[in-house]
Amino acid sequence: MEVTANAAAENEEVWGGGNKPLNASYGKMMMWFFIVSDALTFTGFLVSYGFSRFKNINSWPIADEVFTHFPFLHGIDAPMYYVALMTFILIFSSVTMVLAVDAGHHMQKSKVTFYMLLTIIGGAIFVGSQAWEWKNFIKGEYGALETRGGQILQFVDSSTGKRAAIQEFAIGVQTDRTTHESSNGIWYTAENSLPTVSLDEVKKGFLADENLVIRTQELDEKGQKTVLSRAESKGKLNEAVGVVEGANLIHNEYGNRLFADFFFFITGFHGFHVLSGVVINIIVFFNVILGTYEKRGHYEMVEKVGLYWHFVDLVWVFVFTFFYLV
Amino acid sequence: MASEGHKLVIFRGLLKFKSNQQKIWGVLIFLSIVTTIEVALGIIKPEILMGSFLKMKILNWIFIILTIVKAYYIAWDFMHIRDEKSGLKNSIVLPLLILIPYLAFILLIEADYIFDVMDSGFVVWNF
Repeated sequence: MEVTANAAAENEEVWGGGNKPLNASYGKMMMWFFIVSDALTFTGFLVSYGFSRFKNINSWPIADEVFTHFPFLHGIDAPMYYVALMTFILIFSSVTMVLAVDAGHHMQKSKVTFYMLLTIIGGAIFVGSQAWEWKNFIKGEYGALETRGGQILQFVDSSTGKRAAIQEFAIGVQTDRTTHESSNGIWYTAENSLPTVSLDEVKKGFLADENLVIRTQELDEKGQKTVLSRAESKGKLNEAVGVVEGANLIHNEYGNRLFADFFFFITGFHGFHVLSGVVINIIVFFNVILGTYEKRGHYEMVEKVGLYWHFVDLVWVFVFTFFYLV
Repeated sequence: MASEGHKLVIFRGLLKFKSNQQKIWGVLIFLSIVTTIEVALGIIKPEILMGSFLKMKILNWIFIILTIVKAYYIAWDFMHIRDEKSGLKNSIVLPLLILIPYLAFILLIEADYIFDVMDSGFVVWNF
């Protein structure tokens, strides 16, 4: 800053009101306030994820084994390709947003409209993709057993080294089971949906197939999950108390349940940001079509919603790294 | 309005664009290349990078550094921080730059300590 003799007097003029000392309008400034505080919120989430991960560093699920789906490629192991695609879509919609802002600076209404539309489409595809990721994550793939302490026991076919799905090797066992109904109980709570196979069926199927072994949550020196021998597996099988299929906030077939909790919470919170971004973008889009900003004489609203949109992209870059890459 | 006065130089002057639009596409290409490198490394997982540095794999350090590089270009070029006055720039970036590493540092150190306590068997958790 230049120091002049009458610096004090000049400062008073600049900061005295009716002026933009930082060259940013009120609305843009407030958007930055929001972004900084929201960035710290996401920091809190991601750092607490890091906390849980470092606390369970030798038993954390391996992301490559969890997110392996790609649309229309059933049964093909495609780790990370889909999230990579999602990342590209979000970055691209960020670019169309900057182009809209740039066109707004030049007061080109039709260009702003076109780029806003592309941005909205990109955002919608991203939210849809995230919903699809969630669906696969919730549904699960191979199923697992859970011990009393919440440890996950997965199954591996030792002859091929591939994971074995409990639904496939379980052998049906005839059991009598009556559903508890509200008519015959005072303290009645409705039953949750049952796993497709019972614990006894999984145990019977496991004992019948000599190739099956158990894979525990713990990581070995190479960073792979520990696979037990057949004899150890038989012993470990007795510790199981329940069948887990897929993931929710309480059980998680992929491993540590905190992984599922943080996945739902952080990608959900981010997805909610994208969703609200799409809604705000749609509102601004219609305002552009109606000529609101043309009449106002500037397209600063596009710039403000653009800042928010880029911020959402920025957060995704970090979520992508910490959930899928690292 | 801040429509004029876009700074069109990235990589400390190595690359200069003719217009703001060109710069946007240039940054997109750069971000795409970085993301492609990340994904390729994540799929190949080269054996050389599996060594450990400061309790984390070298590969993971590379991922984090590349992420920060991407974040820098998104903020600087897409969010136009490059064109803002230094006062606004600093008041946005400095709080984040100070608070985030600080929070990450104290919580990760604490988590590592809890891991050690559980690992050395004072608390039974794997039953």
